[in-house]
Amino acid sequence: MVSTAQAVGRGSVVRPKVGRDDWIMRAYMLVIVLYLLVALAFPLYVMLSKSFETYAFRFDTVEFQVDRGEGWGETLNAMALGEGLGIVDPGTLVTTSDGRFPATSFFPDFSFRAKTLYRIRNTKEGSGGFLVKGRPATGTDWFELTSGEFRRVQIRPSQATGTGNYLSYFSTPALFTSIYNSLMIAVISTIVTVTLAFLYAYALTRSCMRFKGAFKMIAMVPILVPSLLAGIGLIYLFGKQSLVLKVAEWAFGEKTVAPWWDMLANGTYGPSEVYGPVGIVVASVFFTFPHALIIIITALSIADARLYEAAIALRAPKPRIFRTVTIPGARYGLISAAFVVFNLVITDFGVPKVIGGQFNVLAVDIYKQVIGQQNFQMGAVVSVVLLIPALIAFTVDRIVQKKQVALLSARAVPYEPKPSRRFDRTMFAYCCFVAFFILGVLAVCQYAALIKFWPYNLSLSLGNYNFDVMDGGGWDSYANSIQMAFYTAIVGTFMVFTGAYMVEKGKGFNSGRTGFQFLAMMPMAIPGMVLGLAYIFFFNHPNNPLNFVYGTMGILVICTVTHFYTVSHLTAVTALKQMDPEFEAVSQSLKQPFTKIFARVTVPVCLPAILDISIYLFVNAMTTVSAVVFLYSPDTTLASVAVLNMDDAGDIAPAAAMGMMIFYTNAGVRLLHAGLTRGLHRRTQAWRTT
Amino acid sequence: MSESGAGGKTDRTAYLRIEDLTKKFGAFTALKDVTLEIYEGEFVCFLGPSGCGKTTLLRAIAGLDIQTSGRVEQAGKDISALPPSERDFGIVFQSYALFPNLTVTRNIAYGLENRKASRAEIAARVTELLDLVGLPDQGDKYPAQLSGGQQQRIALARAIATSPGLLLLDEPLSALDAKVRVHLRHEVKDLQRRLGITTVMVTHDQEEALTMADRIVVMNQGVIEQIGTPLEIYRLPATSFVADFIGTMNFVPGTVSGTDRVRLAGVDLACESDGLAEGTAVTVAVRPEDIVVRSVQGGEENALEARIGEMEFLGSFYRADLVSEGLGEARLRADLSINLVRSQGINEGDPLSVLLPRERIRIYPGNAVHG
Repeated sequence: MVSTAQAVGRGSVVRPKVGRDDWIMRAYMLVIVLYLLVALAFPLYVMLSKSFETYAFRFDTVEFQVDRGEGWGETLNAMALGEGLGIVDPGTLVTTSDGRFPATSFFPDFSFRAKTLYRIRNTKEGSGGFLVKGRPATGTDWFELTSGEFRRVQIRPSQATGTGNYLSYFSTPALFTSIYNSLMIAVISTIVTVTLAFLYAYALTRSCMRFKGAFKMIAMVPILVPSLLAGIGLIYLFGKQSLVLKVAEWAFGEKTVAPWWDMLANGTYGPSEVYGPVGIVVASVFFTFPHALIIIITALSIADARLYEAAIALRAPKPRIFRTVTIPGARYGLISAAFVVFNLVITDFGVPKVIGGQFNVLAVDIYKQVIGQQNFQMGAVVSVVLLIPALIAFTVDRIVQKKQVALLSARAVPYEPKPSRRFDRTMFAYCCFVAFFILGVLAVCQYAALIKFWPYNLSLSLGNYNFDVMDGGGWDSYANSIQMAFYTAIVGTFMVFTGAYMVEKGKGFNSGRTGFQFLAMMPMAIPGMVLGLAYIFFFNHPNNPLNFVYGTMGILVICTVTHFYTVSHLTAVTALKQMDPEFEAVSQSLKQPFTKIFARVTVPVCLPAILDISIYLFVNAMTTVSAVVFLYSPDTTLASVAVLNMDDAGDIAPAAAMGMMIFYTNAGVRLLHAGLTRGLHRRTQAWRTT
Repeated sequence: MSESGAGGKTDRTAYLRIEDLTKKFGAFTALKDVTLEIYEGEFVCFLGPSGCGKTTLLRAIAGLDIQTSGRVEQAGKDISALPPSERDFGIVFQSYALFPNLTVTRNIAYGLENRKASRAEIAARVTELLDLVGLPDQGDKYPAQLSGGQQQRIALARAIATSPGLLLLDEPLSALDAKVRVHLRHEVKDLQRRLGITTVMVTHDQEEALTMADRIVVMNQGVIEQIGTPLEIYRLPATSFVADFIGTMNFVPGTVSGTDRVRLAGVDLACESDGLAEGTAVTVAVRPEDIVVRSVQGGEENALEARIGEMEFLGSFYRADLVSEGLGEARLRADLSINLVRSQGINEGDPLSVLLPRERIRIYPGNAVHG
């Protein structure tokens, strides 16, 4: 091309004047970018740096002097003393931020009754120092103390930056075996889910079986419940007090069933092993099934009928058509579904918490480190470890999705299945089986919630709904959840849609728009546990001016909106992309502000998508556990967390009852949404005919 | 040829003046030093193949994609850097861009609101505009309930509702059926003449440009090839690109053999040589309909002995391939009227004397190879 000197033509370079609308749009976009930075990027950064924060006692910077009534003796270095006494070795030096070391340990002859005086000081400014008279001292001045006072002196660890936490993580088998466990669970669940979902989607798109609508609806049910409810259902079905066993005993008699049950239960993967990997996999398949199904149905429905006609005309046998036409056509969908499922399973916390037993996975490790051991640094390390597979899965999914879109745009003749009795019946039977299992899990949960005491007292009772006498926050938590979901839906939908509009329809300011797109895609790659932990580090920091939101409903809403930002954003962008790009140009030529076209045209036309976003946010806010489990306060307990806590406390039936409350709420909201959408379509039919 | 002002140098003052306009998309130059003047009340077409930069030029005039460098002046005011909302124009797109959820009336009234006009005034103006575009009873319908042609007329009404000084049309008829398109051509042109509004239309359809425009701007690869009236563009194409792009043209390689003489493979022709030096390689161009067949005397100037090759039936005439020793490898296509073919009994393979009229031959330097 032309050289840079000639790069610009003869005319003077034009600097486009930025109009009023453009300024407003840019300013608004910056507001949302700022929000995403504060609600996502900064907390993650703080968490990352936390994982490199190490604590160790720096005895070499602490000095003592002792006066045993004969004047001050020589200055003694704590490290030298400790080594002499044999109480210091590398193991005792490494500690956590809360580590304390009593100063008296350096003086085996110490007695608080003695009239001995002690002096203590730091030799290095900024090291951890010590606690004296209940206050931290980090200066280098000598403190003169009586033995009574010296008794309470605690040496504090110094903070340093390094890979120490990672080293100790990878040298603790109890921790790093979780990586293997998590990967194994995720891979197995992915294979099983994608296979089952593919068959189900195949039945829905390629057969002429009946009740397709009902089957599709039933398959979507797991989205409406917290993932841990699947675990609870499985415990009732196959756990130590198995419902399946009881039903079998009732049907065939105890004596007939016992040997069979023994054989199964004592086998490696028998029903009594439901606590552990098998239970996690089954429950994971349950809750990821609809996610995979949606993607695969989309992939299968874009099939081009002409390809099948060509294959038949070439007399290709059916298995060959399946192998050379069906599978390649759906391959991006399959790959995408696989990575989505993988990501969901590996980042899920509810299922392994409820049904995992002693089987450790990464997401639960974060919880255990933070809630159980208060070891925040180690929690951060596990979070970073968990982030890696999640990021990889996310990246691959994005690449594949782009290719899928390219396939979609090609002009294709939609495939119409032809009736085939045997095939349709087989598919019908399969779908019945899956639907029966899904509904069965829920039915069992509902049944368990309504009886007095499984399996000893089977009379019906509403006692399990008396949440107020149990751990977890009672009925308040249910009210809180609805409130939180409502705010999330309103605030989130507004932010997501207006933000997507600015980035999609704004002009110029490309660096800002690219930055926005990147930030908007990020939440999908961040596991909920990681986000929640990052929020603790960021918002709970005393120096953060935003500290006031910590422990409020506000932080729960912020966290949930951020956690589910990406999918909502993509829905909004897809809807906006379908709008004629010239609408804005026409409006500008007619000298109308962008707010007018936005309110009068964009929002009405995109209303179905806006409703979809709000329902998505509501349902997920009701069911989410992972992100908010670190952030709720006694005043803001949530229903989904209550399920977790009641299950933890052994109140499994009330946990199931609360889980079902979430289900009914979500199902009700879904119905409302369907009604609204249908009404909207009827009202706008006149102009939606194209 | 970037600033060829072959046509339209008049004393009138320019309403729209474009100077040295350059637009780059990264490393790609979509417009290169385009200079152009458009007069008040004129209907100008930007014509060219896809990717020639005509839409880019239109969008620069509108301020939708502001140029990298160069000046745009409208009614004596420099508008180069202004956003669209601060310029004075109405625009119609190929997609019509009618707001689907607003009725026809609300679509047309869209630009009239917020302008201190009363409701009654707006309603009166909308009625007037609906009458103007010939759709008086369609105000309460939604765009989706109208045909493509009707939608296009509503888009036009909306664009002129605020009485802008300049009307921009971006391929407005391309999405319509052939018949509706021909009909709307006349209507749009008629409307433009009645309102006297300065209009710029982008099109890739030469027939549309030739029938509607006062002047045509032919563009190729980001530069203007020629500006002129439809007749000038057709009769006197300034470049071999224009000659090839507009209508059908025969191209035969040749060499300038003297003043106003050019030599083909085996024959010397008389034609304007535009001062090209002897020995210059040129391309000789002549339109099929300009080749004279009837009553040609052998030995006449520019007469040629030929034989008819394939004849292609095109309804009202035949297009015949002519093979001649004088042309060498090259072929000439000539249009033979049905009448002539019938009365003379012309068949494939017949010998024929043809004449290439001196004033109808154009020559272009270089050996342009055209399809």
